[in-house]
Amino acid sequence: MSATGSESITDTPIDHPRVGLFVTCLADIYRPNVGLAAVALLEKVGCSVEVPQTQTCCGQPSYNNGDLAGAARTARNTIEAFEDFDYVVVPSGSCAGMLHDFPRLFESEPGWQQRARAMAGKTHELISFLTDVRGLDAVDASFGRAVTYHDSCHGLRALGIKEQPRRLLASVGGLELRELNDSEICCGFGGTFCVKYPEISGRMVADKADAIAATGAKVVLGGDLGCLLNIAGRLGREGGDVSVYHVAEVLAGMADVPGLGDPPGSGGRSR
Amino acid sequence: MESLSHAFKERSVHALKDETLQVALHRAKDGFAVKRAKAVEGLPEFDALRDRAVAIKNHTLENLDHYLERYADAVERSGGKVHWASSAEDARRIVVEICRAAGAKMITKGKSMVGEEVGVNGALEGAGFEVVETDLGEYIIQLAHEPPSHIIVPAVHKTRGQIADLFHENHQKYGLTRKLSEVPEMVNEARQVLRSKYLDADVGITGANFLIAESGTSVIVTNEGNGDLTCSLPRVHIVTAGIEKVVPTAEDATTLLRLLARSATGQDLTTYTTFSTGPKRADDTDGPEEYHVVLVDSGRSTMLADQFREMLRCIRCGACMNHCPVYGAIGGHAYGWVYPGPMGSVLTPLSVGLKEAGNLPNACTLNGHCAEVCPVRIPLPDLLRTLRHREYQLKLGLKPLRWGLAAWVWFTSHPRIYRLGTRVQARMLATLAGRKGRFTRMPLAGGWFKGGRDLPAPQGETFMAVWARRQKERGQ
Ligand code: SF4
Repeated sequence: MSATGSESITDTPIDHPRVGLFVTCLADIYRPNVGLAAVALLEKVGCSVEVPQTQTCCGQPSYNNGDLAGAARTARNTIEAFEDFDYVVVPSGSCAGMLHDFPRLFESEPGWQQRARAMAGKTHELISFLTDVRGLDAVDASFGRAVTYHDSCHGLRALGIKEQPRRLLASVGGLELRELNDSEICCGFGGTFCVKYPEISGRMVADKADAIAATGAKVVLGGDLGCLLNIAGRLGREGGDVSVYHVAEVLAGMADVPGLGDPPGSGGRSR
Repeated sequence: MESLSHAFKERSVHALKDETLQVALHRAKDGFAVKRAKAVEGLPEFDALRDRAVAIKNHTLENLDHYLERYADAVERSGGKVHWASSAEDARRIVVEICRAAGAKMITKGKSMVGEEVGVNGALEGAGFEVVETDLGEYIIQLAHEPPSHIIVPAVHKTRGQIADLFHENHQKYGLTRKLSEVPEMVNEARQVLRSKYLDADVGITGANFLIAESGTSVIVTNEGNGDLTCSLPRVHIVTAGIEKVVPTAEDATTLLRLLARSATGQDLTTYTTFSTGPKRADDTDGPEEYHVVLVDSGRSTMLADQFREMLRCIRCGACMNHCPVYGAIGGHAYGWVYPGPMGSVLTPLSVGLKEAGNLPNACTLNGHCAEVCPVRIPLPDLLRTLRHREYQLKLGLKPLRWGLAAWVWFTSHPRIYRLGTRVQARMLATLAGRKGRFTRMPLAGGWFKGGRDLPAPQGETFMAVWARRQKERGQ
């Protein structure tokens, strides 16, 4: 870990930006290790990371179920917590995309819309921030396993995240990436979709699990915890030996804990 | 056509369990997407063409009344007649009247989605006419008494075996008694049956892919040439088309044609592109004696005036459904009306109402694949979300969902309570899951498990708690 907040006084924001980490509600509750990995990676690229304690959820459950006023209420809380940072970084393409959509929630509130727009302009998904904004092209981590990678839809299509995680994974010692057939096809999570239409969602994630099995890799990585919970849930139900991690955990050298849904203290089902 | 969209949930579950359907869907799944990708790769200016197509469509929609008038004038100048149908009912009535006035008995039809939309076949059959679909896919589903399940491949849900059975059952009366198994044989047999129908038909009804305003020309694309024969052999040709099909010039139509087949089937162009303008002229060797165009509004002008105008850019290529994982899992019939997949999930609620079809815009993960491939860049996920917003405002959605959302919004805008609640939840879930690390069931969360999956347990502490402790240890 190179830097802490106390060193930032003499640096310009660009050399040493103050980054607000929006950890996302799912990572906060289900996978604190993703938050820690994000902090470690951000500090490696010279950021001073802060975690506003007033952050909650990005508001997608409301937004995508048509409750725009509710989404706006949640969004105001996020804007107040994060608008003063140089950057807002999110370890999820889906939630980062939501923050980018905030201005749409305030069509009739120009003041808030202005604030939302300003914040959206400095909001980035974690991996693309590390690579595209901070110029990172290698990490010093090792992970001696064959892995496969699922491209989560929102990161891929709304934010153009495809090559960046692969570039960083290529620098991880001992890691072999086996490309997933149909890696760009939705896993069937879709937020509340997965509980509103469980049979359709279940079919989609079962197809995803089949594609994963076909790679022979025993580890699946991705950049969005929603998709990863869905995939890990299906893999767990099938009872195989494939573990699921957020890509940041591997890049930060912090995938030495059990994968999502693996028994605690096991070091992962696949070992 | 009557809507069954209210039963989407049951129909989709049924479709998932229908093994024959699943075989057919699986076979179709990759074909179109791969072919489209190849076609796009082979045309470096594809994206530039898309931009031009969007501009053409937007310009036309902004001046729709003008171009419709120009088109209608040009049709009349060429000796044709234009009929304006403001509703599906009008459209049915007009088509039946034209056929009656022509003293028709037998009517051939080229594939027409607007025909399906307004229910032309039912109306004609009800009025005592014999109607024969000439597009092979449409012919198959006509024999099966089913609606199309895809807008460009209406019988995509049928397996070869099912088609062989249908032909065997229906072609005996023509003396064709051998049961076939190979595709070319089946195509030949259908051709043989259809050929006599073309010659007997009094009226030919086609749809239109484009209507060219400057010349009053209608354009259809087919791969079987059945459109040509339907246009030109019978005494009377009726074109049925939605009002959004009009484009200003032939040049505009060709720009859209370059996108259409590539997006639909991955072809550079379809095998046949048929242009028809007015009835037979004095020095023409063939062509119909009468040429009618039925321009159908049926909700389109309402769409033009509200947030869904962009949907009217649709050129009915089917790329959105070919790339939709939900469509790929359940097929087209589950959607319950004429148009399935992403475009259908926008159009259906606008046509038959949100109360009837509220499930459609919700049954989508908003993964965005459809918008990525749509040749005219329709922001389908945004439109679906707008429909959800409308549904929410009209209070049509499920009550428990509304309450859940309201509670979540309250929770997420009270950070202190949220912090406390999430801490308790993470710890409790981790403890309950115990050494297994995941749940195989949980009260009140049945939906998740119904999808055939476990729920991974949280690690135990929330990130915010870990972070707060770490900051304390660092002395901050
Ligand atoms: S919405 Fe777009 S992709 Fe879908 S059928 Fe229409 S033009 Fe094609």
